[in-house]
Amino acid sequence: MNKKVKQAIAFAIFRLLGFLVVGVLFCILGFIVYNGAGVISWEFLTAAPEEGMSAGGIFPAIVGTLCLVVGSIAFAFPVGVMSGIYIHEYLGNRWIVRVIRVMTNNLGGIPSIVFGLFGMALFVNAFGFGDSILAGSCTLGLLILPLIIRTTEEALKAIPDSYRAGSYALGAGKLQTIFRVTLPVAMPNIITGLILSVGRVSGETAPILFTVAAYFLPRLPSGIFDQVMALPYHLYVIATSGTDIEASRPMAYGTALVLVIIVLAMNLLATATRLHLGKKTKQD
Amino acid sequence: MKGSRRVIKYIAEGLFTLSGGITSFAILLIVIFLFKEGAGLFSSPTVERGYALCVHASNPTRVLDAREIKRAFDGEASAWQEIGTGEMTGEIALLRLEDLDALYPGEMDEAGEAARRRVEEAIGDRPGVIAFLPEEYLPESEEVARRLETGNVTGVEFFAGGEWQPTVAPAARLGVLPLLLGTVWVGFFAIILALVPGLGVAIYLSELAGARARAWLKPTIELLAGIPSVVYGFFGLVVLVPFIQGMFDLPVGESALAGSVVLAIMALPTIITIAEDAMRGTPRALREASLALGATHWQTIYRVVIPHSSSGITAAAVLGIGRAVGETMAVLMVTGNAAVIPHSLFEPVRTIPATIAAELGEAPVGGTHYQALFLLGCILFAITMAINLSAEFIAARGQKGGGA
Amino acid sequence: MIETKHVDFYYSSFHALKNISMRMEARTVTALIGPSGCGKSTFLRLFNRMNDLIDDTRVSGECLIDGEDIYHKSVAVDELRKRVGMVFQKPNPFPKSIFENVAYGLRVNDIRDKSFIAYRVEASLRAAALWDEVKDKLRESAFALSGGQQQRLCIARALAVSPSVLLMDEPASALDPISTSKIEELIADLKKEYTIVIVTHNMQQAARVSDHTGFFMMGELVEFGETARIFSCPEREQTRNYVNGRFG
Repeated sequence: MNKKVKQAIAFAIFRLLGFLVVGVLFCILGFIVYNGAGVISWEFLTAAPEEGMSAGGIFPAIVGTLCLVVGSIAFAFPVGVMSGIYIHEYLGNRWIVRVIRVMTNNLGGIPSIVFGLFGMALFVNAFGFGDSILAGSCTLGLLILPLIIRTTEEALKAIPDSYRAGSYALGAGKLQTIFRVTLPVAMPNIITGLILSVGRVSGETAPILFTVAAYFLPRLPSGIFDQVMALPYHLYVIATSGTDIEASRPMAYGTALVLVIIVLAMNLLATATRLHLGKKTKQD
Repeated sequence: MKGSRRVIKYIAEGLFTLSGGITSFAILLIVIFLFKEGAGLFSSPTVERGYALCVHASNPTRVLDAREIKRAFDGEASAWQEIGTGEMTGEIALLRLEDLDALYPGEMDEAGEAARRRVEEAIGDRPGVIAFLPEEYLPESEEVARRLETGNVTGVEFFAGGEWQPTVAPAARLGVLPLLLGTVWVGFFAIILALVPGLGVAIYLSELAGARARAWLKPTIELLAGIPSVVYGFFGLVVLVPFIQGMFDLPVGESALAGSVVLAIMALPTIITIAEDAMRGTPRALREASLALGATHWQTIYRVVIPHSSSGITAAAVLGIGRAVGETMAVLMVTGNAAVIPHSLFEPVRTIPATIAAELGEAPVGGTHYQALFLLGCILFAITMAINLSAEFIAARGQKGGGA
Repeated sequence: MIETKHVDFYYSSFHALKNISMRMEARTVTALIGPSGCGKSTFLRLFNRMNDLIDDTRVSGECLIDGEDIYHKSVAVDELRKRVGMVFQKPNPFPKSIFENVAYGLRVNDIRDKSFIAYRVEASLRAAALWDEVKDKLRESAFALSGGQQQRLCIARALAVSPSVLLMDEPASALDPISTSKIEELIADLKKEYTIVIVTHNMQQAARVSDHTGFFMMGELVEFGETARIFSCPEREQTRNYVNGRFG
């Protein structure tokens, strides 16, 4: 009987912990949604900040984040996918692969502020890009590179060798096999990784602090050497160092909610992509 | 036709190789650039570049170090006996540019010949003087005013220094200890707070939750790992900080505790996901063997499942620490950022990443402060790299060994 | 003594066992044979309620051990499993030392007396004919043993909690011939004290070790009787075909 009682107590504790932790995490989301929902309006999304960022909207920050997303993906996606192909299809299983894998894994574990430092040293100063969309995009691109490489590798690994063998047996070369057989089958998973990294890029603050983000810049960028505002940095600014922190609270709630929505949407989209595209390629 | 295809093949494969090469060695590039920018620190003068310290020509003191300079300019030391080698005696008289401006109104606006003569005059009048002036204001001859050697920033000062005051003139104090301890302090409590609930939830998810509950809980928790850190920081700022302030009756709510709680919440998804994966990896045969011997479900969990997945659980904890140590924005927003060695959970502290984020924008590129911040980056890089490598090592050992 | 009366078993909508009634006497060996997927393993796992671990399963009818209905509400599953030991298809020692593997069942049943544990471990290892091979390395990992030794360790582990019934789910299928014959000798020995039910694919093995044999097909018990008779003159055509190796 004794051990029964112990089990009952232990399981009660774990159930409680489970509900508690999940409850706390949901409270955070609920809090942001509850306070932010009233702020979001068409004007909030399409107007520039006014009156010391305590009124108006966040349009320039949305555009800025969009620029950074497009820029970083444009850099990281091709490089990441090509690296994944190189590592998995060309290097095979040599010792160098293990070294490279350890390195890319660790690249993913480096704090984002270190990427910020590196971006400042290399892109802003050494390459002379200055604080610009270009420098910020490169820094963010580097940050999501490990994620894209890893998903590409996983996607390629999941493809049975019989697919490749079938292609080779018909006289196709390695490159043709990659482009006509392997990549199309792997694409849904690679796209999933891409969408998740969009979510990541939209939310990162530390890497853009010194490479692109502008404190207040109500006009839109005209080229890749311009500075921009960005959503996460904007939230940081109006939450901690705006001209009137109290008055800009509603703006902060709204911005936080927009960020949360972007991340939620990207996750849902990723799941949908995996299910939808996954089905399609299976039917073919 | 054949030829062009071959060209395409070479180009494509060349691109693959290039990308693979670039990304594989991105980490080396990061190391090189961080150290390149940071390494200059130990050959930088203690005193801000472009400035110099002068004493009266009769003063036998040749060298002052950063601590002595600070004591003199902070008024902690008022006589020469208290600093330097002891050869010089008498009152210390401080002389800054603003003092000269007050003495000779209007004459110090430009660093010309006239201003330099006035400087010479002022120093000549005061035998116990220490003057802290821009170099262009210093007289060329050393007959009246002699420059002090101030030495370079030393490793001991940096790594064992207990004060971080990077913008103090004339000699910045660049002791990394308060920041390092602040980081460890906040990260340590965060992991203590996160580990028990995190493992509890992992056990709940892998062992107790029904298939349907698990099917939506697991993705939700993974999703929470993707919420930007500024949002967590913002939540901490508007909810947690006032709550802690009220609950413990503190003068300010921004404290190590607030930072630890926010970091714990942020580390939870990481810990839960990895630990849960490890527990679910326990072979079915082992569970059945245990249950078939009359063990209860709970006994099976703590005698078979947890020992079997211990390396995965350890890796989860280590990666959780890694996340907590490197986290920047949330910590910056809720810990109050006082660069003092932490004594309790209820005082403001400042971590390494928060310091970099807060100060790099204001540090002149290439200056001592800038170099010191890059060196902080190097330290952070080394810490997280060590953490990640050990997590990887622990997880790999668990996979291989299983037994023994 | 084990008895089932009109037992049906379902995996969600799949009818895996159909109206099985069977009686196994104490201190005998009963072999369950039949083609893959015929339900013989499912039937075996009824007796220590291992099927409970699979979601969405249902059992009806009566399942009695020494006259007690083991699916009755008042039965504590862990107590039942202590009385009914099980040896699995593949050796599945815990990642612990040899000693701790055997002691595990005692420890989870709150036995703390060290000398008693040491005594039971030795007795069980002797009963499993493993003692002489491992007595000098009780603290070493169980993974250092060979496959056959691991399986005998698992038998010792099951014996340590003093069960009255021993269920064996193809205990020799993953082993080499020499290890297999050792396990078979062991079964003949253990019969003196335990009621043994063994599932096997190997007809010669069933003929060698068992007193009674039940032949299963498509979830039904086709024929049940003394082993010698089942293998020499089966009553049913299906049984004859199977034991003669025509299918399965």
